[in-house]
Amino acid sequence: MTATAERRPATTIFRRPRSTTGFWGWITTADHKKIGIMYGYAAFIFFLVGGLEALLLRIQLSSADNTFLTAAEYNAAFTMHGTTMVFLFVMPISAAFINYLLPLMIGARDVAFPRMNALSWWIFLFAGIFLYSVLVFSDPAAPAGVEGVSGNLDPADNTVLGGMPDGGWFGYQPNAGPFYSPGTAMDYWALGVQFLGLASLISSVNFIVTIFNMRALGMRLLRMPVFVWMSLVVALLLLFSLPIIAIALFMVTFDRQFGSLFFVAEAGGDPILWQHLFWLFGHPEVYILILPAMGIVSEVLPVFSKKPLFGYAAVVFAGAAIAFLGFGVWAHHMFASGISPVAQAAFGLSTMTIAVPTGVKIFNWMGTMWGGRLKFTTPMLFAIGFVAMFVIGGLSGVTHAVVPSDWQQTDTYYIVAHFHYVLFGGSVFGLFAGLYYWFPKMTGRLLSEKLGKLNFWTMFTGFNLTFAPMHWLGLQGMVRRTAYYPPEAGFDFWNLVATVGAFIIAAGVLIFMFNWWRSKKHGEPSGMDPWDARTVEWTTPNPTPEYNFGVAPTVTSLDDFWHKKYAEDSEGRPVRRPEAEETLTDLMETGIDPPHAIHLPAPSYYPILLAAGIPLVGWGIIYHTSLVGKLLILIGVLVVAAASFGWSMEPLEEPHDEHDGSEPSGDGYSSPEVDA
Amino acid sequence: MIWRRLGRLIRPLIRWGSLVALTVFGLAACSLVEIEDAPLTTFEPAGPFAERIDAVFWQVFWIAVVIFVLVEGGILLIVLLFRDREGRKDPRQIHGNNKLEITWTIIPALILTVIAVPTIQGVFDLTECGDDAMPVEIIGHQWWFEYRYPDHGIESASVLAMPIDREVCAYMTSADVLHNYWVPHLMGKRYLVPGQETTLRLQANEPAEYWGHCAEFCGLSHSLMRARVISMTQADFDAWVADQQQYAVPPAPETPAETGLKVFQEQGCTQCHTVDYGPDYQGTNLVADEFFNGPNLTHFASRSVFAGAILPREGQSWSDGLREWLANPPKVKPGSFMPNLDLTHQEIEDLIAWLDTLK
Repeated sequence: MTATAERRPATTIFRRPRSTTGFWGWITTADHKKIGIMYGYAAFIFFLVGGLEALLLRIQLSSADNTFLTAAEYNAAFTMHGTTMVFLFVMPISAAFINYLLPLMIGARDVAFPRMNALSWWIFLFAGIFLYSVLVFSDPAAPAGVEGVSGNLDPADNTVLGGMPDGGWFGYQPNAGPFYSPGTAMDYWALGVQFLGLASLISSVNFIVTIFNMRALGMRLLRMPVFVWMSLVVALLLLFSLPIIAIALFMVTFDRQFGSLFFVAEAGGDPILWQHLFWLFGHPEVYILILPAMGIVSEVLPVFSKKPLFGYAAVVFAGAAIAFLGFGVWAHHMFASGISPVAQAAFGLSTMTIAVPTGVKIFNWMGTMWGGRLKFTTPMLFAIGFVAMFVIGGLSGVTHAVVPSDWQQTDTYYIVAHFHYVLFGGSVFGLFAGLYYWFPKMTGRLLSEKLGKLNFWTMFTGFNLTFAPMHWLGLQGMVRRTAYYPPEAGFDFWNLVATVGAFIIAAGVLIFMFNWWRSKKHGEPSGMDPWDARTVEWTTPNPTPEYNFGVAPTVTSLDDFWHKKYAEDSEGRPVRRPEAEETLTDLMETGIDPPHAIHLPAPSYYPILLAAGIPLVGWGIIYHTSLVGKLLILIGVLVVAAASFGWSMEPLEEPHDEHDGSEPSGDGYSSPEVDA
Repeated sequence: MIWRRLGRLIRPLIRWGSLVALTVFGLAACSLVEIEDAPLTTFEPAGPFAERIDAVFWQVFWIAVVIFVLVEGGILLIVLLFRDREGRKDPRQIHGNNKLEITWTIIPALILTVIAVPTIQGVFDLTECGDDAMPVEIIGHQWWFEYRYPDHGIESASVLAMPIDREVCAYMTSADVLHNYWVPHLMGKRYLVPGQETTLRLQANEPAEYWGHCAEFCGLSHSLMRARVISMTQADFDAWVADQQQYAVPPAPETPAETGLKVFQEQGCTQCHTVDYGPDYQGTNLVADEFFNGPNLTHFASRSVFAGAILPREGQSWSDGLREWLANPPKVKPGSFMPNLDLTHQEIEDLIAWLDTLK
């Protein structure tokens, strides 16, 4: 390592950034916590955007034959609502949690590839901006219908909002293809989602390597917190499912831009092929969205029940089983598509089997709470809300596996109700539990409990008012993705109720934002261990120091931190160890003032630079018939190439870094850190 | 002791329970009243196939209700029994119980096995058309359904007429994007896929008019792609077929209807629409270009609805519906392939007079 002092590489593009604070500190950081925080804020902003789109939809549906939105605007709003919530909110906010917590929970200093981590964050951000740049660049006058035999649009119906992608987040072909969605909007969608997938793919590799290689001494796989396990499972799901959607989206882009005819029936293409590819990704995607929240709930419930997680191994293996089975059920999205009865029966059965591991999780969470000493803090309320609402989503999910029944229910609001019970009552409640629970790790302060409880009950009430009526709306025959329903259809009342509910949810979100903003500065100081927690991430001061741990933790059991604080009496009840306070003080002191020099991943300009080239290529592809488009592709490729070159020439650390070069470094990590 | 503790916890029961009870059960109860007047409801099956699905649905529904009550009740009970309060001892640190794990793996698996039986039977019983079913071809267009009766050589649009107590086997395809044919009273959904043929079994018990809707997102005016099915006795159906097999009757000279026909020809409507006056007709033949397929209008006035079964609206007269449509089709149905022809008031009235002759 000392050799690097003399060998300064001859080829650099930029000098290594110095500042670790302020604007440039954030831009160039490779710190997993800063990246996690940026992921979180960006995802939350997209949550607000997706939420506004949802409110537009709900206003439109609040009465029969409403004219609040045009048909084009409505279709655009539900397309972007789905795309935003899935790819720009739930996935990245899960990434925020994994980024921030994964290294802390396994006792590591950072992820395995810190600069790659920064790269995936910047690609995500730029892809999100790219996707929404459609509002600026799209021509709202894009005609509907076949090119050359164009359908007709009343001029008053040409609006900017209606110029957003409007083929659905599922992009069914051939409707979202070149002939029936002319104009550029669906190109933004296809390429935007493609780039978002790239960001997730990079993350997934990073997380897998981190989990397998960076665990603290004694952190065996079956001592990892369930959240880490679920992160691993999600990363594997991403790794195996994203290439499928990547290829499918390339096929769409080629159909739309370069005249290939993969999904064009007249040329022998197959529209159903798109559905197989999309759902072969799309169903694992559902578990990508829910498993991180399940991990969070598995952390929160034991802490506030003052009991270990019931059936740890069962919960872990149930999560893995859900993921595994999740690859074998995709065609249950296609029971009405005309696939053979044998296929329908087989996919109906495989779908039912998923209910078994899901049930195992629910029962184990109930077992965790049974006999506990339940403290109804806000994170606990959200976690219990998760379990209670997820049960409803799970039960309606089983009814979809009953194929004949699904022929009636599919493509109705019954489905919309189902997946919002899973993804809002499930994922979002779980994620909010996590936000309240781990807020101190980021800020050293607690979110207000009073506002938190108000937040929970508002969201819980609004959520049920919005989505419960959708069950019966669907069973009454209200078809999904419809902007209008006639007055005599009988859908008015419950739609109005749902709209009111949506605004109550919005109020809950505003309460949360106010709580966050206020508690960041004025919240009650949390100390190191505000919840009497069980896992390693709480053994370091709050807010988390840049180096995570003063001395790398050594783990001797599952819930190691708990066992450092508590022994068990003859009845099996916890007894606080006499030396517990001393242990905490020691941890606090070494956390604030590490006894040894610690080297950390150095900041770098290259991740953001490389990521910046990617949307340029995207715009270039969309406008590739023009000179500007060709130039953009060229510039984008050059930027990516230059950044990759500079990156590969950049030393792992600067020679002048304070690092004595003696190995092992004495901070408890026996091997030099892997860098990328 | 647990029960005594439960007794002391009535107050939180009100606090926690009231909300859940209000939202879930309150809404569910009210909804049962509301469901009565929904023309697309899945709860009023009117044919053997829909009845079969309905039976499976309720079987599963009641099992789900029992599980719902047990699990949610369990959660509520846990929340009430084990909330932290003064003087409670810290809980015993239990890490799990293998017998329980096995139990709650096997019991759900058994329940699912029970559900699987009617599922698989239903799939196989309801998919393949019966041998003596009456064939009807359904072709999806943006945004209307076209019907062809190969046995009778007739074409219709938006309204499907069928005899009661006789299975209709729909052979379906699409002229453009994916559509999904759904008449909830008669059967579940099936896609219409361009370049492929799918089949759907339909059968009605009583003479009635049923609502349908395209259920797959099919572009700009997906919400305005609706359908009607009229079931009638075999005798009525035979009479209807005989009517539909007639050629249209040319309008009398010097009538508004004849002017309307001229407007129709001059505005280029024949590019998309066919009106079959038969081989003996002296005027210009009105046959649509194969590629520009609009509804066949030969028996237009015999249908109860038009324009994808969205017009006339509830309470609107047939003529007023036509006036609204002809004045600006893309306004009524965004993206409509029928353009706004800037017809004058008089032209519209003449067209209506002529269209009324197409019984």
